Amino acid sequence: MSARDLLLPLIAVLVLAGLAFSGLSGTLLNLLIFMMIISLAAQGWNILGGFGGLSSFGHAAFFGTGAYTTLILQTSLGVNAWAGLVAGVLLGAAVGAGIGFLSFRSGLKGSYFALITLAFAEVLRIASNSAPITGGAAGILLPLDYGFLNLQFDDRRWFALIAILFVGAALALTRWLERSRFGAYLIAIRENEQAAQALGVDVFRVKLGAITLSAGCTALAGVLYAQNYLFVDAHVAYGPWISIEALFAAIVGGLGTMFGPLVGAVALLGLGEITKMVSGGVPGVDLLVFGAILILTVAFVPGGLMSLRQRLTGRRRPRGETALRSEEGA
Amino acid sequence: MLSVDGLTKRFSGLVAVDDASLAAPEGRITGLIGPNGAGKTTLFAMAAGFLTPDAGTVTFAGEDVTAEPPHLRARRGMARTFQIVQPFAGLTVRENIAVGAHLHHPSRAEAMERADAIGKRVGLAKDLDRAAAGLTVAGRKRLELARALATQPKLLLLDEVLAGLNPSEIRDILPVIRAIRDEGVTILMIEHIMQAVMNLCEHVYVLAQGKMIAEGPPIEVSRDPQVVEAYLGHGAAARMQAAGGADA
Amino acid sequence: MYSPLIVAEALLNGLMLGAVYALIALGLTLIYGVLHIVNFAHGALLTVAMFGVWLLAEHLGVDPYLSILIMAPAMFGLGYAAQRFVIGPASHGSDNSILLVTLGLSIIIENGLLAGFRSDTRTIDTDYAFQVVELGPLLLSFPRVVGLFVALLSALVLWAILERTDVGRAIRAVAKEKLGAALVGIEVSHVYAVTFALGCACLAVAAALLMPVFYVSPTTGRAFVLVAFTIVVLGGMGSIVGALVGGLLIGVVEAACSLFFGDSLGQIGIFVIFILVLLFRPTGLFGARQ
Ligand SMILES: Nc1ncnc2c1ncn2[C@@H]1O[C@H](COP(=O)(O)OP(=O)(O)OP(=O)(O)O)[C@@H](O)[C@H]1O
Ligand SMILES: [Mg+2]
Repeated sequence: MSARDLLLPLIAVLVLAGLAFSGLSGTLLNLLIFMMIISLAAQGWNILGGFGGLSSFGHAAFFGTGAYTTLILQTSLGVNAWAGLVAGVLLGAAVGAGIGFLSFRSGLKGSYFALITLAFAEVLRIASNSAPITGGAAGILLPLDYGFLNLQFDDRRWFALIAILFVGAALALTRWLERSRFGAYLIAIRENEQAAQALGVDVFRVKLGAITLSAGCTALAGVLYAQNYLFVDAHVAYGPWISIEALFAAIVGGLGTMFGPLVGAVALLGLGEITKMVSGGVPGVDLLVFGAILILTVAFVPGGLMSLRQRLTGRRRPRGETALRSEEGA
Repeated sequence: MLSVDGLTKRFSGLVAVDDASLAAPEGRITGLIGPNGAGKTTLFAMAAGFLTPDAGTVTFAGEDVTAEPPHLRARRGMARTFQIVQPFAGLTVRENIAVGAHLHHPSRAEAMERADAIGKRVGLAKDLDRAAAGLTVAGRKRLELARALATQPKLLLLDEVLAGLNPSEIRDILPVIRAIRDEGVTILMIEHIMQAVMNLCEHVYVLAQGKMIAEGPPIEVSRDPQVVEAYLGHGAAARMQAAGGADA
Repeated sequence: MYSPLIVAEALLNGLMLGAVYALIALGLTLIYGVLHIVNFAHGALLTVAMFGVWLLAEHLGVDPYLSILIMAPAMFGLGYAAQRFVIGPASHGSDNSILLVTLGLSIIIENGLLAGFRSDTRTIDTDYAFQVVELGPLLLSFPRVVGLFVALLSALVLWAILERTDVGRAIRAVAKEKLGAALVGIEVSHVYAVTFALGCACLAVAAALLMPVFYVSPTTGRAFVLVAFTIVVLGGMGSIVGALVGGLLIGVVEAACSLFFGDSLGQIGIFVIFILVLLFRPTGLFGARQ
């Protein structure tokens, strides 16, 4: 990977940061922060689902682990928020590696993989809803205490900036994936596992690496979520909502592309806000629209929003298209 | 380079390969022929590690690799092509070949460069930027060969890479295969097209209903009455001899 | 510490709940066996059926059990349309896409119901909800006894449809050999839609059996979808007998877990079984290797 490869992520960071500091209203700034968090979760999903062709329905398992880890460490051990962040990401990645180890060793893919990830997330959700360490059904509240070390800011633009920088880092990670042997192997596995094996690809290890990276990235989103709202409970952490938003944003934006998850998150959440406004706050309307968009995307634009741009400029078939179509029957 | 001994594979009752042995000596092109459903592909799959044999051993470069998974055999220098082509459909031809080249070239740029060179060599120069899914049958066969070649193998296992090609395409590719051998790559090939087998192989094995029924230089083997019967049915050899022409 | 009588009653009640589970799983496994798709929207479709039963009871005063006569054809029609006009065309036949399309469908249904009915839970009051049937020393809940019998009857009807009717023969032909069936003039997309519709009709029956003892909210189906998947995986994907046995088994396991460890751990038990079966026995306890 060369310095030039980092140009686009850098531009994205500058644009987003410019937006954050452009005098947005509090509501819009909060929306921007939320978009960044969902985009990070989706960027994590994209590594496994977009590049590796392994659709997970349970990325909540990683998101929630990140969120709980940092809050538990801060509230009960008094660890500072940055150390909590690192621990959250590492533990989330470890949960990913564990789930991946079990699932891939058993050769699960396709629907079976989706279902088992969902089951793992649900086990964690039910367990954390009753376990004392996670605060049971009441959840965990982090006391308000501004300061850089606490990752809490009186001026929320600074938190937005930090989230944006992490999004930039995830973009760079994705760029590396596109430019590295590891990424080429991961895509090869998505396209045809057997052929990849014949060319010397250690399918198990590459998948394991992918789910670990993917989980770490989504766990980071969980950490930032907990840090932003200073609260987490079983539903927020391990509930299906985040698995679904991560998947939606990645697919709608464009699987296996660098900007797909970011574009998808911004587009979906933006649209969600608009629907909520238009419908006068009827619950569920935004998700209803998301569901319809998911089906329409799969049916008509399998390459996601990113492929629209490529279609307009007449470039060759985008990669994401085959991520959906690959026949990964288990 | 490669030897398989007493390989056996059963599929729920059917014995697809039955106590078959063969050797592919270094630097040679060895042929494996036999009627449809003889078990040739199954034998290849066991040699390359995609199927676990029920009995027998696979030895590669002097080491027993019977229990080794396919990717480790590939790293040792064993590369196979698939009879039913297995392209990375969504990737370009160049990217397809580069996956093979990555085995010994971690850098993306180098792997792509190697892919270019190999693509040109097997006659895919003008297709390098096309999606693999858009290739013709002949193109896909070439791609199988190119990808395997890109791993810089010591042994190439070619499963009917000529099937589906027209005579002029075959004429183009024969010298390529010979040139690969001349660089020191050992080749074991499954082939139905006898003209090509005669042309390329120094030694052929004949598999029929899972059993190795003959081996030797192609000309001799093709005159072997047992082989003729295996291909044409019981009593065929006698009938042909009676008709005065055993030239299969 | 528990008297044998209580344990026996709990297990029998579990068995009867299991019969309803089995019915839900039956629809899922039928769809899987023929279309080879994992229908993630199955739980949401169950919710739709439950709301249907509730609406009929609430506004028209139709008895939940009688509403089967209306809901089964209605769900059949809905299922037919969903497969024929949405899932089939949108997913281009790829496994991954089908999963995502049915996920999208389940989200649309759940949130459509949420928008229409809000998140309140709704129940139906019947005279017989708390009636018991005496079986020797055991007291069994009346709705659950009905559930057991109707569920088994439905399985029998389904079996008869598959074995004894032209549609059933076409379904089995498509399940075995899609291309061959198409060649002899069977319209595969129609058969797919009918199969999907039959699966949904099973849900209508299950909904009617559940409503006298259970509640419905827009997310009720979620709890059932993973249970149904567990049963289907346990019984072997596509196996009807497997779904029946698996359903009964899961019902008993859940009842036992709830009795001994409390409700939430009972739920975890099911997920853990699901995970273990997928990891170590992905073809199910009875399923043949595909
Ligand atoms: N995975 C499998 N399961 C069951 N039977 C199989 C399997 N693979 C191959 N067979 C059977 O084993 C026998 C040998 O098949 P194989 O493909 O090895 O033959 P082949 O010699 O390569 O034939 P061809 O010339 O047609 O390529 C055939 O009868 C085939 O149907
Ligand atoms: Mg063959």
